[in-house]
Amino acid sequence: MSNNKIRDQIVKNTRNKSNVFEKIIPVILILITLVSVLATIGILVTLITESLEFFSRVPITEFLTSATWQPYVGDGEWGIWALIMGTLKIVIIAVIIAVPIGLGAAIYLSEYATEKVRRIIKPILEVLAGIPTVVYGFFAINFVNPILQSIYSGFGLYNAVSAGIVVGIMIIPMIASLSEDAMSSVPASMREGSLGMGATRLETTIRVVIPAAFSGIIASFVLAISRAIGETMIVSIAAGSTPNASFDVTEPLQTMTGFIVQITSGDAAFGTNLYYSLFAVGMALFVMTLLMNIIAAWFTNRYKEDY
Amino acid sequence: MAELKSVKTTVKENTQPQNDKRDSIIQEDKEIVFQSKNFNLWYGDNHALQDINLTFHENDINAIIGPSGCGKSTFVKSLNRMTELVPIVRTEGEIQFRGDDIFNSGMSVEELRTRVGMVFQKPNPFPKSIYDNVAYGPRVHGIKKKSILDEVVEKSLRSASIWDEVKDRLNDNAYGLSGGQQQRICIARALAVEPEVILMDEPTSALDPISTTKIEDLMQELKKDYSIIIVTHNMQQAARVSDRTSFFYQGYVVESDDTNVIFENPSDKRTEDYVSGRFG
Amino acid sequence: MTLIDKDVIAKKRPGRQSRNQILKWLFFLCTMFGLAVLILLIADTLMDGWDRLNMDFLTNFNSSRAENAGFFGAIIGSLWLMLVTAPVAIILSVGTALYLEEYAPKNKITDFIKINISNLAGVPSVVFGLLGLAMFVRALALGNSVLAAGLTLALMILPVIVVSAQEAIRAVPESVREASVGMGATKWQTVSRIILPAAIPGIITGIILALSRAIGETAPLVVIGVPTTLLVTPTSVLDSFQAMPMQIYSWVKMPAEEFQYIAAAGIIVLLVILLLMNSVAIFIRNKFSKRY
Repeated sequence: MSNNKIRDQIVKNTRNKSNVFEKIIPVILILITLVSVLATIGILVTLITESLEFFSRVPITEFLTSATWQPYVGDGEWGIWALIMGTLKIVIIAVIIAVPIGLGAAIYLSEYATEKVRRIIKPILEVLAGIPTVVYGFFAINFVNPILQSIYSGFGLYNAVSAGIVVGIMIIPMIASLSEDAMSSVPASMREGSLGMGATRLETTIRVVIPAAFSGIIASFVLAISRAIGETMIVSIAAGSTPNASFDVTEPLQTMTGFIVQITSGDAAFGTNLYYSLFAVGMALFVMTLLMNIIAAWFTNRYKEDY
Repeated sequence: MAELKSVKTTVKENTQPQNDKRDSIIQEDKEIVFQSKNFNLWYGDNHALQDINLTFHENDINAIIGPSGCGKSTFVKSLNRMTELVPIVRTEGEIQFRGDDIFNSGMSVEELRTRVGMVFQKPNPFPKSIYDNVAYGPRVHGIKKKSILDEVVEKSLRSASIWDEVKDRLNDNAYGLSGGQQQRICIARALAVEPEVILMDEPTSALDPISTTKIEDLMQELKKDYSIIIVTHNMQQAARVSDRTSFFYQGYVVESDDTNVIFENPSDKRTEDYVSGRFG
Repeated sequence: MTLIDKDVIAKKRPGRQSRNQILKWLFFLCTMFGLAVLILLIADTLMDGWDRLNMDFLTNFNSSRAENAGFFGAIIGSLWLMLVTAPVAIILSVGTALYLEEYAPKNKITDFIKINISNLAGVPSVVFGLLGLAMFVRALALGNSVLAAGLTLALMILPVIVVSAQEAIRAVPESVREASVGMGATKWQTVSRIILPAAIPGIITGIILALSRAIGETAPLVVIGVPTTLLVTPTSVLDSFQAMPMQIYSWVKMPAEEFQYIAAAGIIVLLVILLLMNSVAIFIRNKFSKRY
């Protein structure tokens, strides 16, 4: 009979169990989960309402078509193309640096490196990715720019190249690790098929692995570009604060993010055109990065479907 | 396609009466534990179990055999409503546990699963100590007293024939044990809540022959106190350990009878083909 | 007739092999580029900042005179900031991850929430700053307080922790879940006693990495208007405060050269703290990985 003591007690406990917890916990968790949705709604509402206020004062056509951005002259001139051109210059230089180096590193890690090397290198890339951007900004202005100036004296204290190079360095780990993920997920059997016919590693990588991982690699580029567009501190420190739409990379410039930082670190009195312009620029920035992220997600899904 | 259909219809015709008749004649002295009545189950559009009528009695080892995908695991997981973890599953018909329909009698799913223990295909101990693994069931069911837990843990480990191997390292992580030992820990864990029935879903398929023998011997011991329903793809195992055997094929029960009848004198051609190794 | 001339193939082979070797080294150099930059960056910062790194620097408040400027207010302020950010971010993101992995039904709404979170992860930090400025600083009238900044950063790192916590929860094998549920344990018992304990090392790793991102984040703090010259530390979460990255930024922007050395000293302190946090995270990850 002692056999059934535990059994009886357990069955009794099970029957008397109150299920309050089981009912309350999911509700609490749903509420918590909705916070992330609220954050998005918060961002959208903030950007849209304040931008609308801005466009009631400044014609949206001027904002979208003009290339002159002079907020301090008279009522101001608000052509965002001056800022977009600044962002574009930075992004292009960053991509020129980061794409070949990041992809090269990804190829090495995925196709050539031994497991041991990979285990050492990947944490280093993580550390590099974890360095605060304000530190990169310091590096740009105190290390990279003096070198540039010693090479070509036309570079000013603030210019597109030093900021662009360092933004490029910042996004290298992202390209390297995401591209490596994409290449690593190409099945080994595909590689073996090529290597087994006498192709070299290089030929296998270029003709088999990269085409197979292509959408994943492109996704990593697009995500890195999105990150470069949104990068703030490096450009605030090293690129200057002179909005212009020129193609000269030796001159100071201003990006969208740089503008937001410049205005908020001075004083943008609440209710002025300047205050609302922050949100219009923020809106443009948000739309551009969102677009990039959607494109990247589309590419990522494509390669995930393949394997 | 046409052929497949015709096979299914013939199966359907000759399953139902056969089970019930034999069960009632031979097993009338033992109490019925589980009885399924016209039980059907669908995974989405896939009709995985069709009109299952089976009866399981106390203190029996019931083997369920059949080729892969015949529905044998699905059926056993229906007995403690584990199939409900798959969202697309839909069922019809009845399964009675001690006379109550498990789907409609007001018995909570937690109570059912407490009274009907389960041992899984692969050893799946929790990433906790051996002691905490075995004490898990009593604890979640509200038994907190250390002295009782100690007693339950020792008794369960003894019943699962693993006490001597682990008594000096009850606080070690269960993942440090071999596969066969892990599976016996899992059996001890199931025994700790003193269930009335133990469901075993291919419990030895991931184990080596020596561990398999140990578990089979253990089942003979456990049979004295528990009813056991075991799914196995290993026909020798079914022949060795079980009292009753049911043969599943394409979601139907083809035949259910005393184990020696199934293996020596089956009434259905497909049962004979299967147990003699001609397919499956 | 032979379609393939074996001699030609044999003649081309050495060229192909050496191309492979050369490119291999080139790829290796690309990989080492990151390491080289890391070394240069650290060496440059150490050379600039080492002399200024002393007890005075760590215990003084900031000053407009370079020789008196210290990091004390910023260090304490950053700690206060993490005191708000960490609990808020942990509760929100672990709760979200648990819901998505364990409770959420498979439907359009769940898909929408997941897509929303991954898009939130891609929003530039400066835009989170604008959200903080409009919502917390102005609408909720929290001013440039620890609370306003902490909530902003918590929302910013939320998607990062959610994703890593989801991965950690997903790594708990289905069979272990079945074992618990199969014994009659309820959903919440299974989640709280089996799944969370098994996933906690992965979750903690994700949290630490996300917090180390938050502690070095500057842009949202600039937008919120975190001050750089205070002579007091906060006494409550409603007080305004200074923060390490913000302080470094203000020094880097100073025209006088001496401030660059102070900025470098500040960077060393920040990097040491980050290094410690990362080491703890990597230690936990290595110690508890490969459990199944």
